[in-house]
Amino acid sequence: MKIKNMLMSTAAAMVALGATAVTVQSADELPACDNCANSMTLVSWGGAYQNSQVKAYAEPYKALTGVDIVWEEASNEAVAKLRAMKEANNLTWDLVDVVASDAIRLCDEGLAREMDADTELAAAPDGTPASEDFGDLMVSDCFIPQIVYSTTFGYRTDVEAWNGKTPTNICDVFDTETFPGKRSLEKRPINNMEWALICDGVAKEDVYDVLSTPEGVDKALAKLDTIKDDVVWWSAGAETPQLLADGEVVIGSTYNGRLFSVIEEQKQPVAMLWDAQVFDLDGWIVPTGLPEDRLNRVLHFLKFATDTQRLADQAKYISYGPARKSSAPLVGKHADLGIEMAPHMPTDPANAKNTFLYNYEWWADNRDDLDAKFQAWLAK
Amino acid sequence: MAKAGLPVFKPSLTGFVVPLVAALGAVFGFLWGLSMGNGTLGIVLGAVLGAAIAYVLPTAVPVKKTGVLGVAILIGVLGFFLGGAGGAFAGVIIGAVVGNAAYWLATGDYRAGLPPYASSNQVLWHHFFRIGICGFIFFFLIAPIITIIPLSFNAENFFTFTKKMLTLDPEGYSLKHYRDFMTNPDWQLALKNSFMIAPFATILATSFGTLAAIGLSQSHVPFRRAIMAVLISPMIVPLIISAAGMYFFYSRIGLQGTFIGVVLAHAALGTPFVIITVTATLVGFDRSLTRAAANMGADPVTTFFRVQMPLIIPGVVSGALFAFITSFDEVVVVLFLGSAAQKTLPWQMFTGLREQISPTILAVATIMVGISIVLLTVLEMLRRRSERLRGLSPA
Amino acid sequence: MSDPATAAVTATTPAREEVLTTHDGQPLKKSLARALRREKMRALMLVAPLLIFILITFIFPIGDMLFRSVENNIVGDTLPGTVRALQNWDSLSGEAPGETVFAAFADDMMVAQEEKTHTRLGSRLNYDQPGISSLFRKSGRRIAKMDNEAQVEAFKAANPLWGEAAGWQALRNSDAWPDALPATAISWANFSRFVESDKRGKVDPANEVPYSFTFAALDEDLKAMPPETLQSLASSSNADVAAMFGSLQGKVADIPPSTYKEQFLQVDMDWGLVENWATIKRLSPEFTDGYFLAAVDAERRADGVHMKPENERLYIMLFWRTILMSVMITVSCILLGYPIAYLLANLPVRTSNMLMILVLLPFWTSLLVRTSAWKVLLQQQGVINDVLVWIGLIDDTNRLVMINNMTGTIIAMTHILLPFMILPLFSVMKTISPSYVRAAKSMGATDWTTFWRIYFPNTVPGIGAGSILVFILAIGYYITPELVGGTSGVFISNRIAYHISSSLNWGLAAALGSILLILVLGLYWLYDRIVGIDNVKLG
Repeated sequence: MKIKNMLMSTAAAMVALGATAVTVQSADELPACDNCANSMTLVSWGGAYQNSQVKAYAEPYKALTGVDIVWEEASNEAVAKLRAMKEANNLTWDLVDVVASDAIRLCDEGLAREMDADTELAAAPDGTPASEDFGDLMVSDCFIPQIVYSTTFGYRTDVEAWNGKTPTNICDVFDTETFPGKRSLEKRPINNMEWALICDGVAKEDVYDVLSTPEGVDKALAKLDTIKDDVVWWSAGAETPQLLADGEVVIGSTYNGRLFSVIEEQKQPVAMLWDAQVFDLDGWIVPTGLPEDRLNRVLHFLKFATDTQRLADQAKYISYGPARKSSAPLVGKHADLGIEMAPHMPTDPANAKNTFLYNYEWWADNRDDLDAKFQAWLAK
Repeated sequence: MAKAGLPVFKPSLTGFVVPLVAALGAVFGFLWGLSMGNGTLGIVLGAVLGAAIAYVLPTAVPVKKTGVLGVAILIGVLGFFLGGAGGAFAGVIIGAVVGNAAYWLATGDYRAGLPPYASSNQVLWHHFFRIGICGFIFFFLIAPIITIIPLSFNAENFFTFTKKMLTLDPEGYSLKHYRDFMTNPDWQLALKNSFMIAPFATILATSFGTLAAIGLSQSHVPFRRAIMAVLISPMIVPLIISAAGMYFFYSRIGLQGTFIGVVLAHAALGTPFVIITVTATLVGFDRSLTRAAANMGADPVTTFFRVQMPLIIPGVVSGALFAFITSFDEVVVVLFLGSAAQKTLPWQMFTGLREQISPTILAVATIMVGISIVLLTVLEMLRRRSERLRGLSPA
Repeated sequence: MSDPATAAVTATTPAREEVLTTHDGQPLKKSLARALRREKMRALMLVAPLLIFILITFIFPIGDMLFRSVENNIVGDTLPGTVRALQNWDSLSGEAPGETVFAAFADDMMVAQEEKTHTRLGSRLNYDQPGISSLFRKSGRRIAKMDNEAQVEAFKAANPLWGEAAGWQALRNSDAWPDALPATAISWANFSRFVESDKRGKVDPANEVPYSFTFAALDEDLKAMPPETLQSLASSSNADVAAMFGSLQGKVADIPPSTYKEQFLQVDMDWGLVENWATIKRLSPEFTDGYFLAAVDAERRADGVHMKPENERLYIMLFWRTILMSVMITVSCILLGYPIAYLLANLPVRTSNMLMILVLLPFWTSLLVRTSAWKVLLQQQGVINDVLVWIGLIDDTNRLVMINNMTGTIIAMTHILLPFMILPLFSVMKTISPSYVRAAKSMGATDWTTFWRIYFPNTVPGIGAGSILVFILAIGYYITPELVGGTSGVFISNRIAYHISSSLNWGLAAALGSILLILVLGLYWLYDRIVGIDNVKLG
């Protein structure tokens, strides 16, 4: 997989260079913005992630330009809301943070603006054009990637019933004998079906072939059936961390950055299970049909917010890997905790021994169908 | 005290009062014992103490008030030595309950209000129904609301009572969640929006609704039933359907995600309440009053403002209160129709509950309970006024 | 000015015959009728503002939703030529359609791709035919590269006017347009849309030669045309048109066929599958019952309506569960509300007013406040479990699961809806005269007989009113099940919300909503019959 190789090389570069300080030009001298609106509505996911964006992009930008930035937490409904806005011809958003699959969908539907990476985005400090710096992670013409994240598991380290054992393998999630207790899984088929098949003995590379057959779907659901009674289903990324912290579940899937904040910031007795983590991308799209002045403002902000230094800065607040190759060496220590961030990145070689990349195209085709089956199974 | 004229009934002290009070004491003793780490010892001590109180008190101290106060203080002091401030507090309450129970049983007061011929089974059922069944249901109704109030003052980010809170240690309490509410821009925006949207929606709903209610109360209204059904429908149609319909339709006409859109939607949801309350006041309205006014030369407008309005105003105001609270509490429609710029308190609470439940929500909830109490009081006062006014008019 | 109704009272004494008149000489009957009409008008005028307001802000939106549940113009709008070409194709033939359909499809796709509507259509079709979405996406990327040069060259070779804008202008102005050349006319409309979108209105399509897809349509029209028609075209009054068609006489068969079918199959072999085309054909009418079928777990296949496979059935079960849970909530409300209403109705007014506050406070407290309270209480690490563990009733490791399941939803919703049961019950019980009970007792009835035979029957109307109210409110609940329902405690409303904001299947959401709406309106009608809408009382 191309993306995976690219991630690996990023990680390797990160390790090779370590935290060597590389001086980058300061951002004091922003080019002037002609005919630009004075406020922007940015849409993101809320929580620690949005906070990292506020700290790394929005606050510095505001300090330099004085532009008002309003945040809206609606990325999980971005496609629906953008469609409604288009229908109403009433675009209230200026820049939207979405996952790659939604970006592809929005771009296909003409709801997201196609970007010219090399002219509209900043080049790397050494002059490498943006398109090369982002490389394969630009999975769609409309998508400006920010981070690489992964969906993975966290578990409580103080469960007495486990008799001192700790889960090391993805299939331990399905092993309620050795690891009794509630689990939390996302209330959708994506990822869960793949994990179930892998733990049912299907080879990683065959997962989607098997899942394309009705028998494969039954097989995956049968595997999930074995733990169904022990599962709490979540739909928002913040639920698993909360459930783990409260002790409502003992093991649960969520985004790795959310787990980082539970473990390192809130110091809860929770640890990461990186096995079979699923990589995904998250980034910006610009909605189509913005009036001239708002578009100018957004492009001005984007050029700043996606440059090498800003992407590296974001990693000071949350453990997601920056999407630019040139940002990797600049990743330093956590802003408050002062710990090295590199080992907490999903792309760190120690964490990425066994990873899984999910197939956007396959899910775009089969999402409706599988979702119907999955929900029917859930409701039974 | 037994009523005069009826044979004074004296229940047996040792065969009835002492065992019952001892049992009550045992229950409290058990709970207390648990918190100290030994439930069994608590049962024994509680039972002994209860029996002693029941045996000594009604005979030695005939004045009920003095006796109850004495027991409350006694157990309060005992509680203080065992569990500090929290113990003293719990002790006073337990003492008051046990003391009252002892007098109530010993003097035969528990038979007051029941016919003297009632069998002991009937008496038992009577009290079981009132204290056991109805008490439990009232508890079920009110406890959830009461519980969150102290929890909102929790000094920790937990959703349950901490040890420090139970011992009434001041360190266990803090105003930090209220501080968070007052300083967090998200919550402040939500608060501002709630107080912007609700009044506008209320004004719209009340003015349209009052006019329509007056129209509907005329003696000859064509299609009255059909019109009424349409006007009441926003209250009956499930909110999710209203929200879905409005989302689709308002998207088409460009009102989705706008302040006006949310206000219009909330006004529509609030009108049925105005119609119902105003119609209810008009039902008791004496028509000869307007005729009299007309007879004496008042034009319809004057009649309306000088005669009709003052009489139906309590109905209008309570309708407005209903419309206000409908908009103020509404979340489903605003979730679909609104964008971040219109997020209201319930919206913020909903996303908060679904995403990350922070105790700030409980602080907001407490504030909202306060608002409800204020509204409820106003409504009750209006109801009384309305009854008084209607009592004056010849019905 | 005095009221006409009162004016009528001061009628003069009966004059000629028996016609009563008012003092201004009008017959009394007429005057009364006018007064009545005026009164009606005035009542309507007062009601009108609200009625219009509710119609616009509320009833139209509901109507719009009902419309969305059957609306299906996306296929017809996006693939106009394909829909037309598919009319001649039989989906039961077992064979994929021929070149004609593919040529029209290529043309439609070119425009759709330019207007970015093809993936949306793909997503729509994907609800019915999994996998078709990526076919559209893939083909959209390749469509601009598809080629029909051989055909275009053949036309140009026959007469150069076919390659000139002037020739096409003449053709469009002739009588032959559009009746003699239906496919070409559709394709030309497509081309205009394409130019409009591509050049953003800066280029007038009238001054252009159409793209190569239109030539395929032209070829098809010509081949389907009887020789006489071609003959009449060739003798058109317009010299250019006559020349263009004259050059083709006798050569129609020699024009090389287009090769779009082949080219699509190269993009993806699945374009050869009958099911894909059958789906497009089935969904081409402007209205569909597909969403309603999906909402009752059925689907329309080539050979009629069938139930979906067992493992995909969801909605009927959810409807049943919604109804069942609403019944359980209603029953719990009766069980808990009855004693309270009884107590309140039989206590002295002062005491009952005090206790009434305990009922009204929850009624007036925000729904979200109450739901958050239950979340706090019912959690495994919550207050109730903590207390139970503390008392020693349960073990710390075996805490009760009371949230994220049916139990949680039922407890929380019973609490929330209980006042709606107590209030109507209370108002009915208040009217029952205590002498009935006394009479029964004095005649020797036991407490139970008195209650069951005398008191209870009198309260049945209250139970009916309260039950329907609670049931109507419960059946459409969304917030509480969403927060405390987990997976087994959710209602149909939650699925509706899911389809609106996550899966974006708005048609299905609208169909599910319509069914729920019909259910509720039925109950509403029942309520009106039993209680009367006018008799709804609040607090």
